[in-house]
Amino acid sequence: MPFIPHTPEDTEAMLAAIGAPSLDALFDEIDPALKDPDLSAIPKGVDEMTMLADMAERARRDETGPCFLGAGCYDHHIPAAVWDIAGRGEFLTAYTPYQAEASQGTLQLIYEYQSMMTALTGTEVSNASVYDGGSGLGEAVLMAVRARRRAPARRVAVAGACHPHYLAAASTITRNQGIAIDAPCVGADGTADLDALAAAGPAAAVIVQQPNFYGALEPVDEIARWAAQAGALLIAVVNPMALGVLKPPGDWGDDGADIVCGDGQPLGIPMASGGPSFGFLCTRERFVRQLPGRIVGRTVDRAGRTGYTLTLQAREQHIRRAKATSNICTNQGLLVTAATIYLALMGGEGLRRTASACHARTRELVAALAAVDGVRQRFAAPFFHECVLDIGQPADAVAAALARRGIVGGLPLGRFDPELANCLLVCATEKRTAADIDAFAAAMSEALR
Amino acid sequence: MSERTIFDLGRPGRRAAAQHPARGDLGDLPRGHLRGAPPALPEVSELQAVRHYTNLSAKNFAIDNRFYPLGSCTMKYNPRGAHRAAGLPGFLNRHPLAPDALSQGFLSCLYELQETLKTVTGMAGVSLAPMAGAQGEFAGVAMIRAYHDARGDAERREIIVPSAAHGTNPATATMCGYRAREVAVGAEGDVDIAELKQALGPQTAGIMLTNPSTCGVFERRILEIADRVHEAGGLLYYDGANLNAILGKARPGDMGFDVAHLNLHKTFATPHGGGGPGAGPVAVGERLLAHLPMPFVLRDAAGGGYRWADERDCPASIGRLSAFMGNAGILLRALAYARMLGREGMRRVGEYATLNANYLMVRLAAAGFELAYPERRASHEFLVTFRGEAKALGITAMDVAKRLLDYGCHAPTTYFPLLVPECFLIEPTETETKEELDAFVDAMVRIKAEAERDPKLVQSAPHTLPVTRLDEVRAARELKLTNRA
Repeated sequence: MPFIPHTPEDTEAMLAAIGAPSLDALFDEIDPALKDPDLSAIPKGVDEMTMLADMAERARRDETGPCFLGAGCYDHHIPAAVWDIAGRGEFLTAYTPYQAEASQGTLQLIYEYQSMMTALTGTEVSNASVYDGGSGLGEAVLMAVRARRRAPARRVAVAGACHPHYLAAASTITRNQGIAIDAPCVGADGTADLDALAAAGPAAAVIVQQPNFYGALEPVDEIARWAAQAGALLIAVVNPMALGVLKPPGDWGDDGADIVCGDGQPLGIPMASGGPSFGFLCTRERFVRQLPGRIVGRTVDRAGRTGYTLTLQAREQHIRRAKATSNICTNQGLLVTAATIYLALMGGEGLRRTASACHARTRELVAALAAVDGVRQRFAAPFFHECVLDIGQPADAVAAALARRGIVGGLPLGRFDPELANCLLVCATEKRTAADIDAFAAAMSEALR
Repeated sequence: MSERTIFDLGRPGRRAAAQHPARGDLGDLPRGHLRGAPPALPEVSELQAVRHYTNLSAKNFAIDNRFYPLGSCTMKYNPRGAHRAAGLPGFLNRHPLAPDALSQGFLSCLYELQETLKTVTGMAGVSLAPMAGAQGEFAGVAMIRAYHDARGDAERREIIVPSAAHGTNPATATMCGYRAREVAVGAEGDVDIAELKQALGPQTAGIMLTNPSTCGVFERRILEIADRVHEAGGLLYYDGANLNAILGKARPGDMGFDVAHLNLHKTFATPHGGGGPGAGPVAVGERLLAHLPMPFVLRDAAGGGYRWADERDCPASIGRLSAFMGNAGILLRALAYARMLGREGMRRVGEYATLNANYLMVRLAAAGFELAYPERRASHEFLVTFRGEAKALGITAMDVAKRLLDYGCHAPTTYFPLLVPECFLIEPTETETKEELDAFVDAMVRIKAEAERDPKLVQSAPHTLPVTRLDEVRAARELKLTNRA
């Protein structure tokens, strides 16, 4: 029996100890009408070898050539050591560290993670993760509205181009609490339209993504100052890899962002169809009691030795129930483990090098593609690591033509904005070679002919 | 040395150079956008990082190295084959927004998992989007709200939850803009039907139930409860935290539930990862089909290709819950596990999980431990209370839990559900051997003897781990949440 160790003798002895005549007798409190449903639609079991052969055949169908798609998920190099260590059974098969003495490995690691993420984002406190960047933005919005209880409106504004899937997830998560997230205020250069933002009236919070969905750099200092003067909390959505070179949200404007969130996927986590990755959530110490999810604190044991434990649990659902900051329980611990090892291996210098290499490859990509007839950069604002190209033809069809050549050639934007139907969002990471870029440019040239 | 953090190991200028590409030119970027000082991350060698985190891992109890009978968490073996399947290069390197034409293998897997979960829950439709049980709960209650809203039935503002429910249930009701209303659990662990009838009314949006319940017993009058709630115009939400107990033996759809979530990291054996990732797919009956969260996979008629459903297919969906497809890699592991079990294997999961729990319960009772519900069959888990020991010896459930760690066993869930004083919620799972269960009973018997002979030994446990009990009050009062604090 797969994964069940009982010999017939075991089963018999255990039933005898219980005083039950059969396994089925153990279910005698269940209404007979409910018992033994028809499962014939589920196939019979197979052994591991057969399962793996079938899965390998399906996985092979999805292998592609080079990937030039980013939009929140990036094809970075992952040091071999990251998953060799994160994949150890002691990390992989433990659970939430409720028994602190038996979980010091996970707890100290989370403490180190909190230290790294606050250093990276320029903030004071971090939780131990939420599910992903999109749902994390929803949690950030709920946090901001709680922290600004006396705000005139349960309205949240969006300064500039924020990932439409992030906004959709945040809206699903916050809508039932009477919170409205506005449509993004985007100007002609692909970044925030500050006049439109000001005209929209008072908001509890303002969301800004840096670099934004189009890869463009938002005027974050101006936006931070505007938010502070308007009495709105500033929620920053950031790519943690980009923070290797870009100004951290804690330094934006005069006083920094209030809440910083985003997706940790660029930090050593494979694309894997978008998950599992993890969402990070950092803030000022004065908002720490509004943070959802697990938080680890350093303390001492009875012998005075340093140790780590879950703390501020009175915020959480298992204590506070209906008054909790969120219903989140299980989060994305294993991915936090991978990201912590990744950040330890990269350090500040490695992160800076990787981020700058991504940007350099993207500039080469944009130059190569813009040299193709009919292709031009869509927005004038400076970009980082990702860029929108107008290719002069419906981008859906061109992306399909590139796919037939095995190239994942960027994201057609018409599905998000009909005005951008001829536009592709393209990206290159440090993994893309000059040959990859040449091949993409050649394929683009053919596809547009 | 064990107290040092990764930051303490670093030296300025040291780095894991093999991982660092050549610097790229940033000359085109306005200076105002650039970072001044680099982030204060560790500066260590690759070996230092590998050694440090390997040593940290050794401080964890995990299923791979210990019996881990954590009630309501279903800490069973996580098959390595499933792990391998999810790590196949075609899956690992697939971009979430890759065109459908380049994703047929992945989409076929999700479609098959949707179909499997439909059958095993007895429901009409499945979305795999929720990323953990609590997000499945959120999706389920949001669908209940969407259903009432679509019918213009806006007066329904209450979600009923039993007092023994997981904290996520009332927290979810709040997130969906509802009031949580508690109903009591009776002396034998079933919901108090008389109180439930009183609670039901035109304000009832629905009820959230875990079955078998968090008391470790099957809700015997579930069909009557379903009728009463439906008569009142409410819908029933099934919290799948305990589905492992009845997998293949009984289905929420047949019990009258309108929506259920499954914890794939429990019932479908995906690894818990030190606190996630999980996955919390939702299965729904006909009433809620139109409101399923996105995305999910459709198959074109006549066995054609697979594609993502979009807004045009599902205009009344509650929407997205994440940026992409939830915890896709966990979904692949669950499918791999389901393929290896097959239909007959699923039935055995429920049977042997229940066998192990009942055996352990009977043996502990015979050894003199007090059961919370002695008249009842255990489901896949059961409750022991130490109220006698607490009164007579001053030994609490927490003391016993900590002493169990010294015996090399992870502690069961303690102090949950709240209505049973000084309790352990014990869930052995089907993947443990009889010998392992017998060893647990032996440890418990020895701890009981220690408690009678030398209570201080138990009260000051654990004695064999890297740290003894931690000062949690100090941790919360003097917040030290980073290395700079």
